[in-house]
Amino acid sequence: MCEPTPPTDTGVSLQDACVRFAEGSIGLRGVNLEVAAGEIVSLIGPSGCGKSTLLRVIAGLQPLNVGSVAFHPQPLVPGQLGFVFQDPALIPWRTALANVRLPLELLGRQSPEDATARSSSVLTEVGLAAADHKKYPAQLSGGMRMRVSIARALVSDPSVLLMDEPFAALDDLLRGRLLELLQALWQRRRRTILFVTHNIAEALLLSQRVLVMNAGGVQGELSLPWPYPRRAELRGSVEFGEVYTQVSRHLAEAGNERPE
Amino acid sequence: MSVPNESSTANVSRSIWAACLPAALVGLASLLLWEAAVRYWQLPRILLPSPVEVARAAWDERDALWRGSLITGAAALFGLLLAVFAGTLVAILFSQSRWLRTAFYPYVIFLQTVPIVAIAPLLITWSGYRFRTVILVVAIISLFPIVSNVTAGLMSIDRNLLDLHRLYGAGRWQVLRGLRIPTAIGYLVLGLRISGGLAVIGAIVGEFFVGNGTSYDGLGTLMTGWQARQRTDALMAAVGASTILGVAMFALINGLSGRWLRRWIPATH
Repeated sequence: MCEPTPPTDTGVSLQDACVRFAEGSIGLRGVNLEVAAGEIVSLIGPSGCGKSTLLRVIAGLQPLNVGSVAFHPQPLVPGQLGFVFQDPALIPWRTALANVRLPLELLGRQSPEDATARSSSVLTEVGLAAADHKKYPAQLSGGMRMRVSIARALVSDPSVLLMDEPFAALDDLLRGRLLELLQALWQRRRRTILFVTHNIAEALLLSQRVLVMNAGGVQGELSLPWPYPRRAELRGSVEFGEVYTQVSRHLAEAGNERPE
Repeated sequence: MSVPNESSTANVSRSIWAACLPAALVGLASLLLWEAAVRYWQLPRILLPSPVEVARAAWDERDALWRGSLITGAAALFGLLLAVFAGTLVAILFSQSRWLRTAFYPYVIFLQTVPIVAIAPLLITWSGYRFRTVILVVAIISLFPIVSNVTAGLMSIDRNLLDLHRLYGAGRWQVLRGLRIPTAIGYLVLGLRISGGLAVIGAIVGEFFVGNGTSYDGLGTLMTGWQARQRTDALMAAVGASTILGVAMFALINGLSGRWLRRWIPATH
């Protein structure tokens, strides 16, 4: 099986990124951001603070009015960037396997047989039993649909993975399992991950760095030193509690809404 | 429809009976009342024949009615197919260009507001007293629901899925084929359900204008002929046949969409 793209580690940098929407509201006001290759960064903040806009800018789905996005060491080609949406966004008339294969079909770099084999192996890697590969999204549970969605983002072996509140609609138990899955996947292959969330605990369990956003800008930043894999038990520790309080305080300063 | 409480088949068939019986009784009672009224007041047959006389006329004219139903049904079906083909093509063009949409969509709505009976004589003038003209009437009358529904379907694709396609460098054609058209199929079926009924109406209206005395003899031309000869019993039998045709068209569309298009219709998921 041929690898779609040679695995290169990719960093992301934003310089003075500004987005103004057509209706006049501000999406981003001059964001400067450096994400190192292989780093996991969480973006947290109240609704409408620009987290999702930031991801869409990096993905190239939202044009910048001012500023620039750059990937280093070199620019990305399609397939080197994966995106996981808040809802699984699966195509209802395609099976789980065919949904995962879609990016490879669009990229058109592999033979159909290779694309199917690769899709199947990624689905298995994210924990979907072979019997479920042929099922339609309507026949899968919410957790399985999210696994399919993650597999679809990973199938082209991207070096940058953007996730926009992927687990917001799932229950705590499922969220915990998927966070462990994500850590395991990251330990196997150190992709650069930007993870948008509302949930402080989720951000602390997953990421090396947490950025608190507010009103289209980055308001605060915290580094998390704990080693991986981080288990749910970490939530009971004193230092976790301290950082949690710090992030909460940042968020409270950021605004109106308290997450969780 | 009543919903059965218990799941055993005996109960289900009993509940189907319970659902159908009242309607059947009302129908039977109306027919009896009609028959009795015609006999009691000795109403003139030209004004109102009794159900038995209508049934007898239907039997006597069974060949003409059967042939007329086939011709009218064929005109409705071909016209509907033409509307689906042309309507889908127009909708695809609309989905590809905002300019085309804003420039032409008002005229599609305008076409809908023109009463079809008003242009039928024009079509006769242009296309003649023939089958082809009836098909055109059907196509025009059933075009609008197809165009508006399919355009809505092509435009109402999931925003995330569109972003996903863009992320992997998908072109216009890939988005159309992989996302827009499959999304629009469910909308097409909704449009077809409306257009199917309109198609039978359009065929009969078209045949009214083609009129009797030509080589064409669909249900509509039979009706104008029998009306002219004051054969009210046969005329009512033809009304019955056109009703059955309408129901058959509806059943056909539902059957086909249930069988082949099911996986694209969101309601079944």
